Amino acid sequence: MAFTAFASTPAVEQAPRKRSFIALVLLLPGILYLVLFFLTPLISLVLTSFQQPVLDGDIGEYQAGFNWQNYSDSVGEYWPLILRAFGYALVATVLALVISYPIAYVIGVKARRWPLLQSLLLTLVIAPFFISFLLRTLAWKQIMSDEGPIVQALKAVAILPSDGHLTGTTFSVIFGLTYNFIPFMTLPLYATLERLDLRYIEAGADLYASPFTVFRKVTIPLSMPGIVSGTLLTFIPAAGDYINASRDFLGSSSTAMVGNAIEANFLVLQNYPAAAALSIVLMAVILVIVGVYVRRSGTEDLV
Amino acid sequence: MNRRTKGLGLWIYTIIALVFLLIPIAYTFVFSFNDSGKLNIAWQGFTLDKWLTVCNTQGLCEAFGNSILVGVVATVLATALGTLIAIALVRYRFKARSAISLLLFLPMATPEVVLGAGLAAQFLTVGAEKGLGTIILAHTMFCISFVVVTVKARVASLDPALEEAGRDLYGSPGQVFWRITFPLLIPGIAAAALLSFALSFDDFIITNFNSGAVDTFPKFIYIAAARGIPAQVNVIASAVFLLAIVIVVVTQVSRAARAKRLARQMG
Repeated sequence: MAFTAFASTPAVEQAPRKRSFIALVLLLPGILYLVLFFLTPLISLVLTSFQQPVLDGDIGEYQAGFNWQNYSDSVGEYWPLILRAFGYALVATVLALVISYPIAYVIGVKARRWPLLQSLLLTLVIAPFFISFLLRTLAWKQIMSDEGPIVQALKAVAILPSDGHLTGTTFSVIFGLTYNFIPFMTLPLYATLERLDLRYIEAGADLYASPFTVFRKVTIPLSMPGIVSGTLLTFIPAAGDYINASRDFLGSSSTAMVGNAIEANFLVLQNYPAAAALSIVLMAVILVIVGVYVRRSGTEDLV
Repeated sequence: MNRRTKGLGLWIYTIIALVFLLIPIAYTFVFSFNDSGKLNIAWQGFTLDKWLTVCNTQGLCEAFGNSILVGVVATVLATALGTLIAIALVRYRFKARSAISLLLFLPMATPEVVLGAGLAAQFLTVGAEKGLGTIILAHTMFCISFVVVTVKARVASLDPALEEAGRDLYGSPGQVFWRITFPLLIPGIAAAALLSFALSFDDFIITNFNSGAVDTFPKFIYIAAARGIPAQVNVIASAVFLLAIVIVVVTQVSRAARAKRLARQMG
């Protein structure tokens, strides 16, 4: 499945040596497409990030240049949003992992004896995919609104001050991110736990390890591929998300993330170079984090 | 005793967590029956009106139609391109394999906002006018990698002996592909197509950067969110949800039935 995309798959090179021109014919259209509509746009983005305004030009008119100040200006202006994006994404990823692991364990291990129940539970996990991401988030906004039941109840027991809100806060944005990415976390975890050989767990118990030790020393290491792909599938889109943090959804101006700044600069302010510079910064930081993370979990924890 | 209660705790937790996951879906469904005015926030009473007057909301059905059109075209394009790549990756040896793998992996590891801004910057540079065409180009791009991953698993699980048998019986390469390889790949291709359509249909971020004045269903919701979502949006979302669930359940049940039939034949 696509959700195990990030798990390292063993490279089985069983393919015989065949005329490579057939391979070329098969590869060419798709690869050309990705070069034209993925790679070239990234290059356009880099070029745009160095553009400078046209002298006496209209808003949104830029020309080629080497205006590296676009980077220092936009990072200088938006660094709190960049930090916030990675902070929120980190917290949401950890929360989603903690919430999803037991779900994936129950479906993948405990429910193994009943295949029909297993597929029913799995359908419930992916059910949120079938309703618009935006509508799910708006539903939480309504449920958490000031007139909604949750705020009323929290105020009644004085957990929330009488002038307090839930929406538009750090809490609601992280809540929304966590909620929206739980299925992305649960599916790869399920995919590895479902194949977990239970004899290893029995062996651990036979050797007098406590259930907790078995979990820590056997179950977790064996499910590491799922943990790696699940955290990446959550962290990367969460760091770039701007729906949850948007004012019209669960956020406010004090919860804006770097995605909000990219959207505003590109689509509203028409400051394309700033939006491009912020995109490149976001992408670069993510690639560094992902590279370090995959290498670390690949060498230390997988063995 | 101790072990038993602990297992039970995990089950109870899972059920509570799944109910929590479904709350916004139930909310959306229930509020599609709300007898509300323009704003669909407080419960005003039950009505079927919104289900019967879906298209009375200006632009809603048009946006929904655009989403279907974009989803179908992008799915067909991405599934065709991605399937060819998947076959090549599993069946052939060639140079630059690692570069190609990286090129397929990167779109999945890039945040949507970067993909969207990059394409928009490119369309701006070449002076392309944004519209349905640019949305389709964008959606096809981010679906290809997911198709490759899904179909690749299926190609890898095929027994090469089946195709060999076809060649031994003097089947031409074309006959072997269309009569043997392709039929065996259909379940993988169908799964990839469904995934592509779901990804395309629900995409908002990349669409927002590349749609110009054209609305899709998610974009309609985003714009409407600023002033309040009409209940008709809930109607469409609920209908799509029910249809998707029916498709998933029918697929699962028929797969289980086929496995049972196969087991009986073998047994």
